[in-house]
Amino acid sequence: MKKNRLFRLLIAVFALALVAAACGGSSAEDEPATTTVPTTEAAGATGSETTEPVAAPLRVAIVAPSAKDDLAFTQSMVDAVNALDRDIELSITDGTFVIEDAAAAIRGYAEDGNDVVIAHGTQFGASLIEIAPDFPDVTFLWGTATDTQGLDNVFAYSPAADEGGYVNGIVAAGISESGIIGVVGPLEAGDAVAYIKGFETGALDGGAKSVNITYTGSFGDVALAAEAAQAHLVNGVDVLTGSAQMVVGAVGVASQNDIPWFGNQANQTSLAPALVVASQVYHWEVILEEMLSLRDAGVLGGQAFEINLANGGLVIEFNPGYDLPEGVRAAADAAIQGIIGGTIDTGF
Amino acid sequence: MSDFFTLTVLVAVVGSGVRLATPYLLAGLGETVGQKSGVLNLGIDGVMQLSAFSAYFVVLKTDNLMLGVLAGLAVGAVMGVFYGVITIVFKATQGISGIGIFIFGLGFSDLLFQRLVGTPKPIRQLPTIEIPFLSELPVVGEALFQHNPLTYVAFILVPVTILFLGKTTFGLNIRAVGENPHAADSLGVSVERTRYVAILIGNTMAGLAGVALVLELGIFQPNLTQGLGFIAVALVYFGSWRPSHVMAGALLYGLVNATVLQLKARNIIPLSFSELAAMAPAVLTIVALVILAQRVKGPAALTKPFIRH
Amino acid sequence: MLSKIVGSAVPVLAALAAFLVGAVMLLVLGASPLDGLKAILDGAFGSGERLAATAVKATPLILVGAGISIAFRARVINIGGEGQIIAGALLATVIALALPDLPSVVLIPLVLMGGAIGGTILGAIPGVLKAYASVNEILSTIMLNLVMVQFMNFLLRGPLIDPLEIAAGTRIPQTQRLSDNAALPTLVEGTRLHLGVVVAVVAAVIAYIVLWRMPLGFRLRAVGHSPEAARAAGINVERNITYALAISGMLGGLAGAILVFGSEGQRMITDGSAAGFTGAAGFNGIVAALFGGLHPLWTIPSAFLFGALLTGATQLQRVLQIPAALAVALNGLVVIFVISSARFRSYIQSIIEKRPSNRASEDLERPYSKIPGVDT
Repeated sequence: MKKNRLFRLLIAVFALALVAAACGGSSAEDEPATTTVPTTEAAGATGSETTEPVAAPLRVAIVAPSAKDDLAFTQSMVDAVNALDRDIELSITDGTFVIEDAAAAIRGYAEDGNDVVIAHGTQFGASLIEIAPDFPDVTFLWGTATDTQGLDNVFAYSPAADEGGYVNGIVAAGISESGIIGVVGPLEAGDAVAYIKGFETGALDGGAKSVNITYTGSFGDVALAAEAAQAHLVNGVDVLTGSAQMVVGAVGVASQNDIPWFGNQANQTSLAPALVVASQVYHWEVILEEMLSLRDAGVLGGQAFEINLANGGLVIEFNPGYDLPEGVRAAADAAIQGIIGGTIDTGF
Repeated sequence: MSDFFTLTVLVAVVGSGVRLATPYLLAGLGETVGQKSGVLNLGIDGVMQLSAFSAYFVVLKTDNLMLGVLAGLAVGAVMGVFYGVITIVFKATQGISGIGIFIFGLGFSDLLFQRLVGTPKPIRQLPTIEIPFLSELPVVGEALFQHNPLTYVAFILVPVTILFLGKTTFGLNIRAVGENPHAADSLGVSVERTRYVAILIGNTMAGLAGVALVLELGIFQPNLTQGLGFIAVALVYFGSWRPSHVMAGALLYGLVNATVLQLKARNIIPLSFSELAAMAPAVLTIVALVILAQRVKGPAALTKPFIRH
Repeated sequence: MLSKIVGSAVPVLAALAAFLVGAVMLLVLGASPLDGLKAILDGAFGSGERLAATAVKATPLILVGAGISIAFRARVINIGGEGQIIAGALLATVIALALPDLPSVVLIPLVLMGGAIGGTILGAIPGVLKAYASVNEILSTIMLNLVMVQFMNFLLRGPLIDPLEIAAGTRIPQTQRLSDNAALPTLVEGTRLHLGVVVAVVAAVIAYIVLWRMPLGFRLRAVGHSPEAARAAGINVERNITYALAISGMLGGLAGAILVFGSEGQRMITDGSAAGFTGAAGFNGIVAALFGGLHPLWTIPSAFLFGALLTGATQLQRVLQIPAALAVALNGLVVIFVISSARFRSYIQSIIEKRPSNRASEDLERPYSKIPGVDT
């Protein structure tokens, strides 16, 4: 019995020691972050801006389904707001896919006196119908969406993701030797569908034999995305692309097997510096600036905007670290010009 | 459809199945040891996530895979100590305390990831090791002997666990306290200490499962396991508490998943049916539970805290 | 009396201890726990609107929690809340899609009933499997959770998808906007407080009455207390085990219907995971039930508390940029601490009442089923 108690004590001490060690470790790691995060996220995200509030800064809030630094959909909007040449105080509620929570956050931000609330997810549209009329002075941005549901303080925004998909497809076909190209998507939904459709058309126009598309059925399952990429490799795929936040799993497979990768939504070069050929990057700031100017002029909403290759909202960012053959690059530029000029049909 | 049954594809499916089976196997073997001692641990999914995050974080900071593996093991062990205190000192209801551990692991690993890492950054993955001679065998070489070290570890642990539980004194003690703790107690076996160690082994192996998952992927994200740990618990029942059968279950699960993905990649399964295909493993598990519950008896004292009369 | 006070104080103290750990976490994350508490309180109770949001958040927790309490009294553990919520939501949604033109007075009761039936079916399956085939209900409910997620994805991507989503090519896996006639009416204008909250509270009260004032409840508790004695008294143990899980599932299914028709979106949508639709209410309901001492009535305030925590956590994220995942981790700790304190509680009570302590633990420990290894 006595021995038993001693054993328990030992275990407890051991546990405490480990916990203490773990906490010590993480708190030390966290120290720098602590100093940079007051109430604004801009500081945490980019380390710039949010200084010297001369006039009252424009208060912008983002509510988004995935993490603010997901290297994909949500990050594209955070980066865009931070890229605006304005004095902005930005707050973010990310990782809220559940509509109920997102609706609460959207309403909360409006109540808190934010000037602009960005509902960054198609699925939030239904909530906006209920919320937006209650806050006539607040501008709501909603995307991806192509209409404002008749609300005059809502701006809708969407990407012509098929355009960059087409260009990426042309390049992918240009560097593929087997002519078989793999795509890993989440659910067959949203801008992923447009991107993938455009990619498929581009790759086939560029001379690829076949484009194999796998939708894993989940926005979140990285492991499944990785294994889906593996399955592609077996089938002779030598170039991969994908859309949505779970693609990081597939990029891992690409980098392990030296397979070139094409990114979408945000610049994914950092995921595989040697293998990311190009990323279609969403530069929302182009249309954000337009919307904010309209707001300055007293128009709080009621219009829909699209980013595309022509207005510079979609940019194909080539990775300088990837040695792309001249001819392929030229084909890509031609495709971009063709899409802007309206001579190319992306099939979407 | 016909070209699905080519050798290359089958080899790839088996290879992929073995790879997918690894974390299930590691977690399932650990859970088997724990349950053999009479302790149900429903929290291994949470433990896996915590271990996966720590391994990821350590490799991200140090670029040292060995340190990452050790960190994951250590966190698994710490969670084992916690779970030991919960189930043995406080004698808490195991079905529910395990869920608590799961929810905690899910939330805490998410919290740490968001605060300490944020942007998913890729880390070094485990290297593939080709076993000399064996990997050069036709067909089986590529499918079975070209994997990362933790896959081999997982499969080596199957006979090790069988020997441990069947032949060593401590293993026999574990089974004794799981079957009849009072008899074991009267024979001088410390029920509590034996269960502590079994829990520690189980959680550490769950930790290793998380490590295997994250180092295979080379990336972490919140809720990385997507319920994998719960399937591993079910596999223990599925395998009737026998390590070799747990392995069979894990392999079956991995192979089914690999086959479905392969069929999807070749556009053989219509997309709309992929969810129905994804339901199959869980449905099969329920069916297996129905069949096995009639025939196989688990450890008699499973989920019952030990209280000396 | 003293024993009773101490009895209810222990789980509260255990939860406080868990929150204390949460405070330490906040400190480590570089935020003042006081600011954190302030943000949570402000977010949960700061205005009428927020109070309403808290109540709405608590609604599924009340129902799932009450269901878990009932099952637990018959000594079955229902971890299938997630699946049961989804089953109820799907059936209710199908009804609203099929009969959109019925007047509200008919359609609302109909969809709520549909939800309850969907949940009952999904609860009855593990009930039957446990009672007649000795299948561990923890495992079968977890497996059914996995099955239902995929089934939901299948339906929302296929047969039930909004035709507009197909036309637009966006294919978001969601139903079309459901009939306004099925929308749960708002109780306080300008807030999201809707009828579902009342339905949940009433359901929990009924659960209490059934459990303690009706023969069915007596039988359930008798089975939970001692299946052998119950059988000797002529109670059909198997049937009552099935009832326990079916009723538990029914409450979960009702929560599912309320989630669909009480939401601002008025439609069902999936991100491919269960939590994307349920907000993990099936698991958080366990937390609420435990903190409420596995008593349907106490589950109500307990669910409000955790609803407040969850609502407050979004404010925590908005104001202090502390990830809302903190609330999830905290919930896990509360489960662990409260369930761990149960033995301690009976130990203290036994000292007060000067009786052997083992007896008092009966509530949580002694499982049904003579087949070893397959019980809880």
